[in-house]
Amino acid sequence: MRKEVMYIQSSLPIARNTIEMVLKNYYISQTAIPGQFLHLFIDGLSLRRPISIADVDREKETVTILFKKEGTGTKRLAMYQEGMTLDVLGPNGNGFKLDKECSRILLVGGGIGVPPLYYLGKTLAKQDMKIISLLGFQSAEYVFYREKFQALGETWMVTNDGSYGEKGFVTDVLDKIEDVDRYYSCGPMPMLQAVTKKLEHKQGYVSLEERMGCGIGACLACVIPRTNDRGYYKICKDGPVFRAKEVAL
Amino acid sequence: MNLAVELPGLHLKNPIMPASGCFGFGREYSDFYDLGKLGAVIMKAATGNERFGNHTPRVAETASGMLNAIGLQNPGVEKIIETEVPFLANYDIPIIANIAGSTIEEYEEVAAAFNQTDDVYALELNISCPNVKKGGIQFGTDPDMAANVTKKVKQVSNLPVYVKLSPNVSDIVVMAKAVKAAGADGLSMINTLSGMKIDVAKKRPLLANQTGGLSGPAIKPIAIRMIYEVKQQVSIPIIGMGGISNVEDVLEFLLAGASAVAVGTANFQNPFICPEIMDELPMVLRNYGFHSLQNVIEKGAQIV
Repeated sequence: MRKEVMYIQSSLPIARNTIEMVLKNYYISQTAIPGQFLHLFIDGLSLRRPISIADVDREKETVTILFKKEGTGTKRLAMYQEGMTLDVLGPNGNGFKLDKECSRILLVGGGIGVPPLYYLGKTLAKQDMKIISLLGFQSAEYVFYREKFQALGETWMVTNDGSYGEKGFVTDVLDKIEDVDRYYSCGPMPMLQAVTKKLEHKQGYVSLEERMGCGIGACLACVIPRTNDRGYYKICKDGPVFRAKEVAL
Repeated sequence: MNLAVELPGLHLKNPIMPASGCFGFGREYSDFYDLGKLGAVIMKAATGNERFGNHTPRVAETASGMLNAIGLQNPGVEKIIETEVPFLANYDIPIIANIAGSTIEEYEEVAAAFNQTDDVYALELNISCPNVKKGGIQFGTDPDMAANVTKKVKQVSNLPVYVKLSPNVSDIVVMAKAVKAAGADGLSMINTLSGMKIDVAKKRPLLANQTGGLSGPAIKPIAIRMIYEVKQQVSIPIIGMGGISNVEDVLEFLLAGASAVAVGTANFQNPFICPEIMDELPMVLRNYGFHSLQNVIEKGAQIV
């Protein structure tokens, strides 16, 4: 991880309140692995903002991030335009563990938890693994990256209101999906709780989010209780990806 | 340019140190720069036993600052002495141990434990953490309790004691006088101010602890005022802190009456902030007509 300047190559809305930003930087593009995040400084704000890496192109030296305009930070970040630069710490955290002995992989993403699963799915697909994606959104207008996931393999879409794909939550669809060797999930906490419970007989990984201070493991703001041991893991440094069974969600 | 400062128990090659709680035990920042460049390092608070802290969310952003309610999470004093102090001792910097407790006996136990090691040069007595249910601020807002805990710690420790004062009082001079009379060798000023943020969408407090400690540039004028007031009436050295984020802020603290400073929240925004301030300090001092750091401190002591 280093403190780097990233050049904004493009910044475009791709769904309701959702921005896709392509950032150019040699070091981060060459070192980032799926599941890691960028810690972005945004002018006028005291704390950096952690945003997961959605894609990396090592040849073009770019890193893609997606974020939803929700709070003060992401609303201001959305105002940054092509040609501007960002002060970034990255790539931060540990990424997804890629279990090479697996052949069938399930990706379960919810809302703005979907982006890190794309870079993961793309990486695993290159290793000839079969990718099944199950993606949940609030409604049709929030849906993004459908075609990109379809290019990786079988893709199930779910919206809470049924305006696109199946109606309900991702957990309503899990039973319809064929057996897999591993699952990887990222999304809101209630979704992760439901997914890990429903798939508790499976080995899986979850990517977690929490309000962060330093983003490098010093301040102990973003912690998650361990299951077996007393105490906490640091989400920014020990995570953001954990084995589903090692954290108490 | 001579940037050195002499304080009780501490020879600082420059006046910049990271504030307790904002730097862990230095390991993470050692990935960014040589910790040996720092004037000193103030470790994260140590308590008698391991503490797990508060539930999340533990931080919230505010205008020009942040709220935190970590809740003194730390591995306990013995583990700190066993694993963290030796790590920091690899660097040529004085180590200051921040000590906290829920009872006076715990403060004594933690203070005494640091007698075991030759690598800790001073104690910072944390009687002002606003984020724990027992101990912390309850000692820091009552002059008799503050004096009592200071006296007890001085009795068991062979190290100089800097008492970290809480700004959550109506008259900080009373607190400073009380702890000086009890034997404090110096003061750390100021800790965070108790604050709160409501999550409007969820219609409930944002922090799991409900309240948290406000830090960052938002509290700097309060720190400057309090240091100034205390300096006029209490003659022990002050390590100043509270929203320092650039080299001019450092000068302001020194002119208010501090002899050294600690940088806290700004480390989160820029992990290089301490070495950057150090690098800029000589030129900025020259620009303002100072020929040494001691020269600024002397000027600060005369400001009325």
